[in-house]
This record gives sequence, structure tokens and C-alpha cells, in this order.
Amino acid sequence: MSPPLPPVPGAAPAAEAPPAYAVPQDVRLWDIFVTFLLIGAISFGGGVVAYLRASLVLKKGWLDEEHFLSALEIAQALPGLNATNMSIIVGDRLRGVAGSIVAFTGMTLPGGSMVLALGVAYAANAHNPYVNAALVGVGAAAVGMLSAVTLQIGHKQLGQMLNVAIIAATVLMVSFLHISLVWVLLTVGPVAVFLFRPRKGDSGEGEGEAS
Amino acid sequence: MNENLSVLGVFSLLSILAVGGGAAVLPETKALVVETHHWLTDDQFRDIYGLGQVVPGPNMLMVIVIGYHVTGFLGALMAFVGFFLPAGAISWAASRVWDHFEGSPWRRSLQQGLAPLVVGLMASGTISIARTAIDGRLTIIIAFAVFAGVYCVKKVNPALLVLGGGLVGLALLSGTGAGMPPN
Repeated sequence: MSPPLPPVPGAAPAAEAPPAYAVPQDVRLWDIFVTFLLIGAISFGGGVVAYLRASLVLKKGWLDEEHFLSALEIAQALPGLNATNMSIIVGDRLRGVAGSIVAFTGMTLPGGSMVLALGVAYAANAHNPYVNAALVGVGAAAVGMLSAVTLQIGHKQLGQMLNVAIIAATVLMVSFLHISLVWVLLTVGPVAVFLFRPRKGDSGEGEGEAS
Repeated sequence: MNENLSVLGVFSLLSILAVGGGAAVLPETKALVVETHHWLTDDQFRDIYGLGQVVPGPNMLMVIVIGYHVTGFLGALMAFVGFFLPAGAISWAASRVWDHFEGSPWRRSLQQGLAPLVVGLMASGTISIARTAIDGRLTIIIAFAVFAGVYCVKKVNPALLVLGGGLVGLALLSGTGAGMPPN
């Protein structure tokens, strides 16, 4: 047993680098489940990303901003809903496959069980005039909400002709020519990516995409 | 049994096509569910989409109700598994290899190119719901009010506005037979 060394001030390297972000190692599965269950229970109307950030980055500190945005980038580029893709990706980073499964389950359990209960009640009351009148109102409100969300996401792009052309072509093909989504994705998708292909002289920094 | 498998198949296809999220795949969902398979009428589709709006979490959880309408609880399970498993597996696998493409300029091209495509698909989703949901002056007023509420007042809970739309419908339309299935 050597005697404990007294601390030597100034002996440590003076300018130690700030600790780099590392994925937390000891997050319990139960904790992951409960966190995503809460997000799944309180996130209404497509604002899931804001709830995810508040919970995962600010409250739990499981991800830093940069890793949160990189996970979000993956979730958005791939098929599937942002909310469930995020739960799967973040769960996987924290605890592997088991983390993915509990995060996804937590995310979908509250809304899924509620919508199923509503759906069963709806099927049993299909001829109730009050239920139908209320649902006409809900449907109209949903149109208002969908158009607001579409405009919120799209308004940044409306200033650029190329974006407007791609939006218009997509709407024309899907809504008016009734072309199957498979063909729209396979034709418009590659063309759009090609039109935004990397050019010489691009620094890789976004010129107007600060968000 | 066959019908369960076809629910599973349809929603698995939609899962893979859901590039850009739920609203982007809405027109195709309606086309397959209403026009191709005749599982629901236009009005039922609008109603079930509305149910998805009033619960928390992703709106597209309403696929569970579509499955339930086709074959009951097993259908609900098929729709859920079909819609979430393929895309979930792809995300899971892709997130593990994604970082290898760090710094590739094509990643940015992919994002920039897909962004307007997704907005276009969302606009088409809005149009497909509007075609059945907008029917008469009152529905136009409700839609505009909710649009203004969500777009201009950022801090409002959208589910409350949607429920408000339901209450207005209940108060003003319940004597008119609006939304009733034809006999």
C-alpha cells in the first residue's frame, strides 16, 4: 500500500480538451421505455421532433445537439415516420436492439391503444348522427392542420424555382394524374437528387439551410 | 386469413414507400385502401384519419383502425406490424451504416432533392383528405380557422383545435345528417 499522493496542482496537463460527447453506457431499458412512453403520450399533431429534443437532449442528456440532429437526418431520409424512426435509432444507440424495441413500443403504445379504442367505438356507432357530425368537423379541422403543417415545412422552399417545380410536378403526378407513389418516387426522386447534385466549388456548407 | 395477409402486404408496401413520413404516404394509402381494395368508403377513410388526429403520437397510428375495419383485431395487428416493421428495420440497419457516408456530398444532395418531393407529397395528402372532408360552407370555415390557428398561433396544441372542429360539427351539423353513411 503506497501512501496516497497529495494532489499536485498544475501537474495535470494545463489545457485538457473538453470531454467529447460519448453515448451514455448505463441507461436502463426501463428508463428508455418510460421516456419514450411519455413522449408518445404527450406529443400531439406532428410536433414530435420538438418533444424528442426537449426530452432526449435537454432533460435526459442522452444525446448532444449534434448527435440528435444526425439521428434526425437519418430518420427523415429513410422510409417511415420520423417519430418511430427516431425511437428506433436512439434506442439502438443507447442499448442496441433491445433499446430499439422498448423505445419503439413506448412511442407507439399510448397513441396506438387510444386510436384502437376510438376505432372500436367508431365501428359500433357508424350510424350515430352525433358521431358522424362530430367527425365531419374533425375531418375539416384535419385538412386545416395538414395544410398548415405542409406550409410550415414548405415555405422555405417556395422562394426557389427548382423546389417549386419539383413540388408542382409531384402534386400533379399524385393528385391529378393519379400515378402510383412507387413510380413517383422512382422518377421524381432520382431527378430531384440529380438536380441538387454536388458541384465543384461547393464547400459543403448549406447556403440557406440554417435549422 | 387471406384478407389478413393482404392487409399485411398493403401496409408493408406503404411502410417502404413512406419516404418523408406519414403525410407523404397518405394519398397512396387512400388510393390502396379505398379505390383498389374497397376496404373503406371515402367517408370512413376521412373519419378514421380524423381519429388519428385526436390521439397523441404519430397520426399514422390510424392504420390500426383501418386493419380493424377489415378483419377485426388480427387485422389491426397486421396493419400495425406491416406499417411499422419494414421501415423500422430499414432505419435500424441504415443508422448503423450511415456514419460511413459522413462527409459524402451526396448526402446533402439527397436531403435537398427529397425535401421538395416530400412537401409535394404532403400537399397531395392534404388534397386527398380535402376532397372528401371539404363539403359545404361550414367545413371550409372550420378548415380555415384551424389553418390560421396552427400557422399563426405557434403555441397552440393542434389536437385541441381538431377537437374544437369536432365540437363545432357536433353543435351545428348533428341535425343535418352530415357524414351519415348512405343506406
